[in-house]
Amino acid sequence: MGTILFLIFFPMIIALILLVAKADKLRDVIVKIAALAMAAVSIVVAVQYFKSGGDTFAVHVEAINYIMMVIEALLALYIIIVGIKHKKYLASLFAVIQTPLLMWFELSHGHHIEVGYNMYVDRLSVIMILIIGIVGGLITVYALGYMKDFQHHHAGESDRRPWFFFVMFLFLGAMVGLVTSNNMIWMYFFWEITSLSSFWLIGYTKTEEATNNAFRALIMNLGGGLGFAIGIVILGMVFGTLELSSMLQIGTVYGDLVAIPAAFFAFAGITKAAQMPFNSWLLGAMVAPTPTSALLHSSTMVKAGVFMIIKLAPVLGMSNFAGIMTMMVGGITFLMASFAAISQSNAKRVLAYSTIANLGLIVTCGGIGTPEAVWAGVMLIIFHAVTKSLLFLCVGTAEHNIGSRDIEDMDGLFVRMPRLAGFMMVGIAGMFLAPFGMLISKWAAMTAFVDSGNIILVGIICFGSAVTAFYWIKWMGKLSAIVAGEKNIEQNVHKEETFVHTTLVILTVVVCLIFPLISAFMLVPYLEGVFGGLTSVVLSSGNMIIMVIMVAVIVLLTGIFFGKSKKKIVPIYLAGANMGDNLTYQGSMGKEVRFSLRNWHMEHYFGEKKMNLIGGIASTVMLIMGIGIMVGTLVSLLGGVA
Amino acid sequence: MIIKTVISIIAYLILAPIVGGLLAGLDRKFSAKMQRRVGPPVLQPFYDVFKLFEKEDQTVTKVQDFYVLIFVVFVIVSGAIFFGGGDMLLVIFTLTLASAFLIIAAYSSNSPYAEIGAERELLQMMAYEPMVLMTVIGFYMCCGSFAVKDVLAGTSMPFLPMIGLFIGFLFILTIKFRKSPFDLSMSHHAHQELVKGLTTEFSGKTLGWIEVSHWYENVFLLGFVFLFFANGTVWGTVIGVVVALLTYFFEVVIDNSFARMKWQFAFKSAWIVALVFGVINIFVLYVII
Repeated sequence: MGTILFLIFFPMIIALILLVAKADKLRDVIVKIAALAMAAVSIVVAVQYFKSGGDTFAVHVEAINYIMMVIEALLALYIIIVGIKHKKYLASLFAVIQTPLLMWFELSHGHHIEVGYNMYVDRLSVIMILIIGIVGGLITVYALGYMKDFQHHHAGESDRRPWFFFVMFLFLGAMVGLVTSNNMIWMYFFWEITSLSSFWLIGYTKTEEATNNAFRALIMNLGGGLGFAIGIVILGMVFGTLELSSMLQIGTVYGDLVAIPAAFFAFAGITKAAQMPFNSWLLGAMVAPTPTSALLHSSTMVKAGVFMIIKLAPVLGMSNFAGIMTMMVGGITFLMASFAAISQSNAKRVLAYSTIANLGLIVTCGGIGTPEAVWAGVMLIIFHAVTKSLLFLCVGTAEHNIGSRDIEDMDGLFVRMPRLAGFMMVGIAGMFLAPFGMLISKWAAMTAFVDSGNIILVGIICFGSAVTAFYWIKWMGKLSAIVAGEKNIEQNVHKEETFVHTTLVILTVVVCLIFPLISAFMLVPYLEGVFGGLTSVVLSSGNMIIMVIMVAVIVLLTGIFFGKSKKKIVPIYLAGANMGDNLTYQGSMGKEVRFSLRNWHMEHYFGEKKMNLIGGIASTVMLIMGIGIMVGTLVSLLGGVA
Repeated sequence: MIIKTVISIIAYLILAPIVGGLLAGLDRKFSAKMQRRVGPPVLQPFYDVFKLFEKEDQTVTKVQDFYVLIFVVFVIVSGAIFFGGGDMLLVIFTLTLASAFLIIAAYSSNSPYAEIGAERELLQMMAYEPMVLMTVIGFYMCCGSFAVKDVLAGTSMPFLPMIGLFIGFLFILTIKFRKSPFDLSMSHHAHQELVKGLTTEFSGKTLGWIEVSHWYENVFLLGFVFLFFANGTVWGTVIGVVVALLTYFFEVVIDNSFARMKWQFAFKSAWIVALVFGVINIFVLYVII
């Protein structure tokens, strides 16, 4: 209990200190110590609850509820004011509706509802805490070096880094609170803080574009928050409880009824996980400094969304419309975002679409709600957190050193920044190739989809996987190209950045090697607790062993053979005579021609606009159907009672 | 059981390149006959490969051989998993890993011809992958397991319930065997607009190994065709082997009767086939099982 509270309050205290500590050196020291402490304590939490698998905490302090309510009211007031100031009235409107709604509910009904346990920790929260503590901490360390460069590039603007680091740490604290709250009102409180934190981080640069995108993120997430609030009200009024655990408990008997609030909570999760039609906020978030993207994509924000859906999984499934809505929105998003990623050449946008697609897969797994699907979903969360943060941080460093985040400009990065390119290739391989992480979960997901009997999803994952390989390999190819005449510029990279990259690369490989242990000691016991056991083995131990051996073989072969060729180096073939530099050839009429190579983006087939339009419409239809049917059920239910 | 697995893996490792090479030789002989030529001796592919192994060692980059090494190792591994009775999805994923590294090897040369070949190869991968995955899923639905050994142990022939998937699989085999009209990334025919594409910058031993890996790959792709007919009886086995061989020569006939199509056609047609034959067959399987 103490360690969990530490992980919630310690980052917040550090955040406050960083707000006043303005000197670079001081900030470096504080952030590094804080990150180390958070990582250490999150490991302590894992060890502490390893045997028992979790605990529940009553935390009956009436004052907490009032403090939360006051803070919520103040935040709502803040949103209303900035909304009006920037003429984003929709944000103000959402704040005007949901906060009074929840306060009215709490004061009139909420007080009478007995809450057994306000907080809890189980194996899933432990996994989330490890991700937040370790990956989140690493990102803050990386941000130290990155933000120095960033400030350097934006010389003349006021130094607002104290604010930046304040929000980052606040974010991490709120995330730990979110994954350990059993009282839905508490969870909602942390949920709103993460929405607001991402609003601040996205709008950090204060340019017009940043402000607009920050508001878009805020509005969409407040919309989700409204869904959350309505879910709480239904849960409290109809089922007489505010606890997540008792909601799931009731769901084992009255699955169809609990699906009603579950649909609203899932809707909140879908907005936060940037699923279509709400994916535009995560793409807009790309205007922020790269550590923000890394944080939003890997360990916080969107992971809160999928965490919610994975938590709800037991009451979702093919048997009710909340489940079908969730899995279809996830599936549509996975397919359409994967398609759209092909047409992108901006590295950060490719990463963003890939995140949206992977979240789609996780949401689908949660929607299917079988233990096997949830196994795949949680594995995806783990692998994605590590790999995606690595990729974002690599792209951030590349951008500061080569002056572009366009993949077409990463031609020959292997010559210019060999170490960084190597790191990126590990990250990319981790995203889709056997025997690395993501593929393992995609494999399990595929099996789960087939078993669910939803044929549409089977088709979706087959086409989606094929497309995923396409956009990653073409990026890897660009990186691997050995372009003649380029210089190594790697010495300019900050040592913090290299340290974080190296740690994440090691983590990526280590997680691939120990995933059978994670499965056996964390995930399977968790699933047994929630679902009463797995009906079948997700991946047979034989296959797991083969995968682990394959990882080892690749690592070994790379160590022994990479770049060790002793063969004679000859010029490449260029049809016209190669002028000797491997870059120009003698064209017809004796003219020297310099060639340049570009990748396929297939705009005509997979154009971003078209994909977003189709995906947006299809997922909106699913959402309207799902929520509509749930509201209809509720109305008929209440009518029946009256 | 383990001994049996080990024996079949070793048999595969030794026999597959021999069978694959012979098939390639017969392919050339057969094609020659269709074009009213005499054609090279049946063992010509072996002579070619031996010759490649004696060539001077040279390369365009220091890293290329490493990528090709990974390709060769994992093509062989994926076949070994298949003939060891392993998981078909694992086979497909391992093969994807291998192909990815061949493509990266081509990219790493930064040569225009190699890169065009690499991009086309990528497109071809994207075109055939859905159909391959659905075929494997079909076997799972039909036989209740992704493992080759369980499909072999099954008592009913998967061919009839999976006939749509079979047709779809035949279609994408043309891409996988690098036959016209879908030999976009590299070709054995000298009259195409891009001939060696993907392999332009490989030479000597490296190229020899790529050729040998293709033999390995072809053999276990035919293994998939065999699986459609496996039902545990001698007749099933005989029909399976015969159909697998017929399939190969059917692809040769196709190769000789079509000109190369544009990539747009390759991509669209493969996906339409996957959607029509694949998805519908899977739906039917879901209904009848």
